[in-house]
Amino acid sequence: MASGYSAKEEDGHHSGAPGPAGSAAARSRKPDNTAFKQQRLPAWQPILTAGTVLPAFFIIGLLFIPIGIGLYVTSNNIRELQIDYTGTEPSSPCFECSQNYSWNMTRSCACSVPFSLDQPFESNVFMYYGLSNFYQNHRRYVKSRDDSQLNGNLKSLKDPSKECEPYRMNDGLPIAPCGAIANSLFNDTLELFYNEPNGTKTQIPLLKKGIAWWTDKHVKFRNPTGDNANLTAIFQGTTKPINWQKPVYELDTDAENNGFINEDLIVWMRTAALPTFRKLYRIIEKRGSASPTLPRGNYTLEIIYNYPVRSFEGRKRMILSTISWMGGKNPFLGIAYITVGSICFFLGVVLLIIHHKYGSRSNSADLPH
Amino acid sequence: MESLRSIQHRCQQLLPEMGRGWSSSSAAPLAKSISGNQDSPAHKFSGKRRTVIARYGPYKDEYCTITKGYQGNRIRTTKYTLISFIPMNLFEQFHRAANLYFLFLVLLNWVPVVEAFQKEITMIPLVVVLSVIAFKDAMEDYNRYCFDKMINNKVTKVYSGKQQRYVEQQWKDICVGDFVLLSCNEMIPADMVLLHSSNPDGVCRIETSNLDGETNLKQKQVVKGVAWQGFEVSPEAFQRRIECESPNNDLNCFRGFLEHPNRTRVGLHNENLLLRSCTIRNTDSVVGIVVYAGHETKAMKNNSGPRYKRSKLERRVNVDVLWSLAMLLFMCFSAAIGHGMWLSDLKNAPFLIPDGTSPSLAGFYLFWTMIIVLQVLIPISLYVSIEIVKLGQIYFIQNDVDFYDERSTLGMQCRALNITEDLGQIQYVFSDKTGTLTENKMVFRRCSIAGVEYPHEDNGEPDSGVSDCSSTHFSTSRREVHVILITNNQEEIWYCSHQEKDVIPDPQLLLKLNQLSSAEPLLQDGAGDEPQEIPYIVDFFLAMTLCNTVVVSLPGLSQYPMSEFPQMAMKPLENMKLLFQRLSATRSISSRSESKVAAYSPSNFTQKLFSRAKESVPLSDMSQVETEEAEGLQVTAPKPELSEKGAQALATPQAGPCRLDAESEALVYAAESPDEAALVHAARAYQCTLWARNSDQVLVELPGLGRLAVHLLHVLPFDSFRKRMSVVVRHPLTGQVVVYTKGADSVIMDLTAPLTEGSKAAAKLKYIKEQTQRHLDEYGREGLRTLCVATKVMEETEYSMWLKNHMYAETSIENQEEKLLESANKLETNLTLLGATGIVDRLQEDVPETIEALQGAGMHVWVLTGDKQETAVNIACSCRLLRSSDKLLTINCESKEACEALLLQLSRIVAEAKDNDVGGPSGHTLIIDGRSLELALQGNLEKAFLDLAQHCRAVICCRSTPLQKSQVVQLVRDRLGVMTLAIGDGANDVSMIQVADVGVGISGQEGMQAVMSSDFAISRFKHLHKLLLVHGHWCYTRLANMTLYFFYKNVAYVNLLFWYQFYCGFSGSTMTNYWVLIFFNLLFTSAPPLLYGILDRDVSADILQHLPVLYQAGQLSQAYLPSTFWYTMLDALYQSLICFFVPYFAYSGSDISVFSFGTPINTSALFIILLHQVIQSHTLTRMHGMVLVGSALFYFVFILIFSATCTTCNSPANPLAVDIRHMKDPLFYCVTALTTALALLPRVLCISIKNSIHPTDLVKAAQLDKLDPEKRQRGIQRWRSTLTHGKSLATVTVADGDPRED
Repeated sequence: MASGYSAKEEDGHHSGAPGPAGSAAARSRKPDNTAFKQQRLPAWQPILTAGTVLPAFFIIGLLFIPIGIGLYVTSNNIRELQIDYTGTEPSSPCFECSQNYSWNMTRSCACSVPFSLDQPFESNVFMYYGLSNFYQNHRRYVKSRDDSQLNGNLKSLKDPSKECEPYRMNDGLPIAPCGAIANSLFNDTLELFYNEPNGTKTQIPLLKKGIAWWTDKHVKFRNPTGDNANLTAIFQGTTKPINWQKPVYELDTDAENNGFINEDLIVWMRTAALPTFRKLYRIIEKRGSASPTLPRGNYTLEIIYNYPVRSFEGRKRMILSTISWMGGKNPFLGIAYITVGSICFFLGVVLLIIHHKYGSRSNSADLPH
Repeated sequence: MESLRSIQHRCQQLLPEMGRGWSSSSAAPLAKSISGNQDSPAHKFSGKRRTVIARYGPYKDEYCTITKGYQGNRIRTTKYTLISFIPMNLFEQFHRAANLYFLFLVLLNWVPVVEAFQKEITMIPLVVVLSVIAFKDAMEDYNRYCFDKMINNKVTKVYSGKQQRYVEQQWKDICVGDFVLLSCNEMIPADMVLLHSSNPDGVCRIETSNLDGETNLKQKQVVKGVAWQGFEVSPEAFQRRIECESPNNDLNCFRGFLEHPNRTRVGLHNENLLLRSCTIRNTDSVVGIVVYAGHETKAMKNNSGPRYKRSKLERRVNVDVLWSLAMLLFMCFSAAIGHGMWLSDLKNAPFLIPDGTSPSLAGFYLFWTMIIVLQVLIPISLYVSIEIVKLGQIYFIQNDVDFYDERSTLGMQCRALNITEDLGQIQYVFSDKTGTLTENKMVFRRCSIAGVEYPHEDNGEPDSGVSDCSSTHFSTSRREVHVILITNNQEEIWYCSHQEKDVIPDPQLLLKLNQLSSAEPLLQDGAGDEPQEIPYIVDFFLAMTLCNTVVVSLPGLSQYPMSEFPQMAMKPLENMKLLFQRLSATRSISSRSESKVAAYSPSNFTQKLFSRAKESVPLSDMSQVETEEAEGLQVTAPKPELSEKGAQALATPQAGPCRLDAESEALVYAAESPDEAALVHAARAYQCTLWARNSDQVLVELPGLGRLAVHLLHVLPFDSFRKRMSVVVRHPLTGQVVVYTKGADSVIMDLTAPLTEGSKAAAKLKYIKEQTQRHLDEYGREGLRTLCVATKVMEETEYSMWLKNHMYAETSIENQEEKLLESANKLETNLTLLGATGIVDRLQEDVPETIEALQGAGMHVWVLTGDKQETAVNIACSCRLLRSSDKLLTINCESKEACEALLLQLSRIVAEAKDNDVGGPSGHTLIIDGRSLELALQGNLEKAFLDLAQHCRAVICCRSTPLQKSQVVQLVRDRLGVMTLAIGDGANDVSMIQVADVGVGISGQEGMQAVMSSDFAISRFKHLHKLLLVHGHWCYTRLANMTLYFFYKNVAYVNLLFWYQFYCGFSGSTMTNYWVLIFFNLLFTSAPPLLYGILDRDVSADILQHLPVLYQAGQLSQAYLPSTFWYTMLDALYQSLICFFVPYFAYSGSDISVFSFGTPINTSALFIILLHQVIQSHTLTRMHGMVLVGSALFYFVFILIFSATCTTCNSPANPLAVDIRHMKDPLFYCVTALTTALALLPRVLCISIKNSIHPTDLVKAAQLDKLDPEKRQRGIQRWRSTLTHGKSLATVTVADGDPRED
C-alpha cells in the first residue's frame, strides 16, 4: 500500500468505505463462497396472495369474534351510574353554587343531588369524580410540578423547580406543593347517603385510602424527613398553593394520608390523558356477602361545591361503577373486536373466491401443466 | 547514436541566437531579463514558473530566496489534526443540510417559550448522528495519518552538503534542489529532473503503476547535455539553473529548460521528469534534482478526492424529503392555528398557566414547539441509514464469487460508494469494443505486403494456448502492485501474451523472406517482379519491429546489452544493400532522394558500416559529434568493456540458432498497446526479432543478416488524434533517413504520396494501393483490426530542416502540443504504402449472452469504437448485437446537409416500420461513422439523430474519438433523461466513463486508466450481466423499499403525536415519555430497515439472470414512483389513525393518565411498524428474525426497566410503574392486538388481492423461485419463449388463463 499518494489509492478505498472495501491483501483473495456472503442464506420467502393470507383472515375472524363477545358481555355486566352536578341549568340543585363560586371564597356552598338505583351494585363500588373539558394534558400544565419536592426532598421543598412558575413562590415563600397541577387540585367534597324506605338517611362509608397507586403512595410521593414527624413543623417556611384553602399538612387528619402522601392529591397529580376524564375518589367496600354493596333504592349525593368549572365550560360528574378485569364500562372494545372479526371473516370468504378464480392461474401462469 | 543531443549542440554552436529562440516567443521577455541580469533571483517569475538551483551548489545564498515559497517533501493528507478534529469535523458535518436541521431543532429547544422536551433529549439524535459520522471520519483520517507517517519516514539517499556525500534521509526532509540518488526498484520520493543514469545511454525506466496503473515501463531520459560520465556527480559544482512550470497536475506534460552556466539552454520534457511514487526499474542507479516536492508533485496534485455522484434514487428521495417538510409545516401550522383558537375561547381556566401571552402569540410559539415535537417526520436518520445500507450492498457485491476472475485474480471493485442502486435502473449501455467486448489479446492474423495477401491460415485459431497462460507472468496482478512496492519485489508484470507469441508464419511469406539470406541469385536475376517485392517485405518487417515503443527485457537482465554488436555475415548484407539501392529508386518516386542515395557510394557506406564509433558522445567533444553526424550511419563494434553476458552471447553469434531461439523466446516485450506487442511477436515469428531498444538505437535481427543496430532518430508517439505513430531511423541497409509510419488505414491511405500517372512504378504503386484497400476491406469484414504500414525516404537536407523545426517545437513551453502536431504532420506526408496487417481480437467469453440479456432487459446497447466500420459491424454480428433479421441503417455522409437529409429519411423508414409493426423480433440498427457522428452532434441535428437512434435497437458508432464517445453519452443522458452506463477498458474510454451516470471499467490489457475513473471495476464484460441484472436489481429494490419504509415509519409514528394534539388543546403535549419518543426511531426501529436494505432479496439471483425482463421494474423505477410514495403516505396515515383512535376509544372517559395512555399506542406502533416490514420483506432469514425480535424485546426491556427504576428522574413523565401496570392489564393486550391487526389489514389485503389478480412480473418470478429446480427451469423456459414470440407478458398471462382447456 505504499502508493498511497497516487490518485488511485486515494480514490480507491481510503477515503471511502473503511469497512467493506477492505485492505489490498484481503481483496486479492477470492471471496469466500459462503451462504452469507453469496446471499444464499436459507430464508422464508412470504408471497402474499389470496391463497396464503386466507387462513390468517379466518383465524383472526375466529379469534376476534369470541374475544369481542367476551369483552362486550363483561362490559355490559359492569354497573355504572353517572351524575352530572355541574349545575349550569337553573333547575339543577347546584345552580346557585355554580353561579356564585370563585376560588378565593371562604364560605363553602353545599348542594345535594338525589338519585335512585334501579339495580343493586353487587361488588365493590368505585366512586369517581369526572371532569370534562379539563385539559390536564396541556403541555405546560403537565410540566408544572416538582417531583422531587413531592418526593420529600427538603431542598426542593424550599426551592422548588423552575417548572413550577408562576406557582413557585408566593409572598417570598416557596409553595408546597408547587406548580399549576397542585394549585388546581379538585376540592369538592362528595358524600353519599342512602335514603332508607323509612325516610332516614344513612351515610355510606367511603374509603379514602387505597385509591392511589401503591408505588405512588409509597415510593414516588413522600413527606419530607419521614412520615411520622410533625408535618406542620416540616412545612414551616412554605406556603399553601394560591387556590387552596388549607395548607398541605392539613389535608387530612390521618397522618398516613396527610401532606404529600394524601391520596386525593396523589390521584390528582397523575394527570389525565384526555380532556374528559374521571379520577377515583372513594371506594365503597362490599360488607359481607349477603347484601349488595349498594342496594336498590334512593340515594342522595351531598356536595360541598368548591371547584369552579364555568371558566372553561367544564362539567363535573360523580360516577359510581363496579369494575371488572377490563376496568370500567366500555362497550367499544367488544364491538370493535366483533366488527373486525366479522370483517376478517367476510374478507376471508372474499379471498377464498378470489383464490378460486385467480389463484389457480397465478400458480399456473408460468408453469407448465 | 545520432542523437538529439548532438544536433542540439551543433545548432547551438552554429546559431547561438537560435538557442534562445527555442523557448517560445512569449517566453522571450523572460529570457531577456535573465540574460540581462544574471544574478538576480528568478523568483519574480514564481507566479507562473519556478526556478530550481542546487541546494548545496555554488549559489547557496541565492538558494534560500528562491526556494522560500516551495513546499518541502513532507506530506499531510489528513484533513484534521488532533486539536482541530472536533471543530473542523463539526464544521464539515454542518455543511450537510440534514445536520443543520438537527442543530436548528436543538437550538430551538433552548428557547424557553417553545421548549418541547428537555434540552438534553433533543440533542441525542444529533449527537448520535454526529458521533457516528465523526467516528467514521476519524478512522479514515487516522488511516491516512499512519499512511502519511509511513511515507514521510521512508528513507532515501540524498546529497548532504555537510558530509559531501549521499546520506540516508527521510522523505520528509527532502527539499527542492536536493540531489537524490536512487537505486533499482526504489520509489521516487519527489518529482525530479533526471540528471544521471547508470545506463550508458542515459536512459532510465520507471514503472508508473502507482500513478496510472499502467504496468509497462516508461523510458526516461537524462537531460541532454548534462551527461555525467562518472558515478561521482558533484552537486556542489552544479551551476545549472532549471526553469520550469509552476506545479500543476498534468502528468503527461512537463515543460521547462535547463540553463547552463554559459547561458545555453536545453529544453526539458516530460521524459526528463521522474514522477513521485513511480518506481525505478531496470536501471542500477539514477541521480536527479528535485524540482517539485511534497504536495506540489504531480502525483499529489492528481490526488483528487473520491468520486461523488448523486444517484437517481437519491434525487427522488430529496424531493420526497421536501414533501415531508411540507407536511411538517402544514401540521405545525394547523396546530398553531388550532392552539390560538382554543386559547381564545378560554379565560382563566385552572389548567392554563397565566403568562400574559396573547392567543396568537402563543400560537406562533406553538408552531416552533410543534416543529420540535414532530421533528422525526423529516427522516434525518434516513441519510445515515442509506449510507450504511450502501456500504452493506457494496460489501456483498465485492464479495460475489461470480465476479472473481481466476486468471487475473481480480474480483469486483466498487469505487463509487453511493450509486449502487443506479445499477438497477440503467437504460442505455455504451460499450467500448476492444478489450471490453473482445479479449484485447491481439493475434497477428493476416497481412498484405505490396498488394500480396498472406493469409496465415494456421494462425489465430481460438484456444491455441489461451489455457496455459503461465502463472509466472500473470501472478502479479495490478492489485498487488502496492505490495510489490513495499517488498521491492522484482517480479515483472507483463501481459499474458502466450497467444500473441504463437504466430505460425505463413509459408509463402517465410519463403520469400528467407531469400534474403541468399539474396545473390535475386540480384543476378535482375528486375523481376519477385525481387521487387523483397524490399517491401524487408521494410514491412522493419517497420513492424521498429515502429513501436515496445520495451524489451530479458528476465534476469535489466535489458539486452546494447553495446554488444553482433558480427554480421558480410555477404548477404552487402547483397542486400545493393539490392536496396537498385530498387529504392523505383519506389521513391515522390521523394527526391535518388541524388542523396547516390551520394553514398557503396564502398564508402560499407566502410562506415563497420567503423567504430563512440557509444556516447562527451559534451565537450563537439567536433567529433559533428563529423560523425556528417558521416551518418555508424555501426559500432563490440566494446572491450562488454558485460559478461554480452560476451557470452557474442561468443557464438550465428552458430547456435537453437540457443538463440531459446534466448529470443525469453525476451519479454512490454508494449503500450497489445497491437504493438502482437506485431512485434509476429515479426519475431519471421525471425525479425527486436532485441533491444533504447533512446538512440534499436537492435534488430533480420533473417540471414544477423543483428543490426538501427539508429533511431526520432519517435513520434501514437496519439488518438493523429491515429498513427512514426519513427525516423537510419535505414540499416541503405543508410538513408527513413520514416516508418503505422496507423489506422483511413489515415495512412490519405497520407500516401499522390500518384503520378504514366510510369510503370506509379502503376505498380497504384496497384498496390488498390490491392491493399481490397484486403483491408476484407479484413474488416472478418472483424480484424487493421493497420497500415507505410514508409518514406527523406533527404538529409529535408530531414535536417524538419528536425530544426521539430526541435523548436519540442523546446517551446507554450503551445507545445500544437507545434508538435504540426511538426508531425509535416513529417508524415508523401508516404509509400507498404502493406497492411490484420489482427484478430477474439470476443470475450459469454459476450453474446450478456448482450442478449442486456437487450432483453430493455437496455439500449450502443457500441462506440474507434475501429473501422466493417470491423465494428462484424464484431457486432458475432456478439449478437446485430441479428440477421435486423435492418442496417448506415450513415456515412460528408456534409451537414447530406447528413440531415439522411437522418430524416432514415427516421421515416423507422417510423413506417414501427407503424407496420407486426411484433416481429427484427429491429433497426444504426451504424454511424466518426465523421457523420461529428456532423450529427452539431446543434440542430442532435434531435434528429436522437429521434432516430432511440428507435433503433442498437447503435454502432465506429471510428469515433474519445471525445465523441463522451459527447454521445452526454447527449443521450441529458437530452433523453435516461440512466446511462458506459463500460470500457482503455484510456480512450475514460471521458465516456466519467460522463455516464454509471461508469464501469474493465481491468484489462490497457492499463488502469479506465478503472481509475470508473465507479465499478470488473474484470470481464460478462460480469456486467450479473452486476446489472442481479445486484443492480437488488440494490435498487432494496434501497427503494427501505427508503419508502423509512418515510412510512416516520409519518406513521409522528402522526400519532399529531392526532393527540386534537385532545390536548394543540398545546404540543405528547402522550409518550420523551426518552421512548426519541429512542423509538433511533434504537427500537432502526436496525430492521437496515437489514432489510442490505439483505432483502425479492427474486433469486438465478431467476433474475435467466429472466432479464425482470430488470425493467428497476428501469421504470417501479419500486419507488411518486405514486408509490403517496400510497405509502396514505397507508401511514391510515395506520396512524387506527393506532391512535383504537386506544383512544378504548380508554376514553377512563382514569388513564397521560403517559399511561402512550404505552398501548407506542407498543401497537412498534408492532405495526415491525410487522409492516415483515409484510414488505421478500425474504426473512434467521438474522431478520433475530433483529426483529431483538428490536421488540429491546423496547420492552427498556420501558420496563425505565418504569421500574425511574422515580423522579424524568419529570414530568414519571414512568414509575406505568408500564409495569400495563403489562399486568389484560385490556392493554386486547387494545394492542386489535390495533395491530386492524392497522395492517388493508395492506395485507391489497397486496394479496393484487398479487392474486394482477401479479407483477417480479411476483411471478418469486413464485417460480419457490418451485423445485426442475419445474422452475421449465417455467423459465416457458416464460422466455412467450417473450421471444413478441407478445407482452400481460397478454400472455391472459391467454394462459385456462391452460387446461387448451
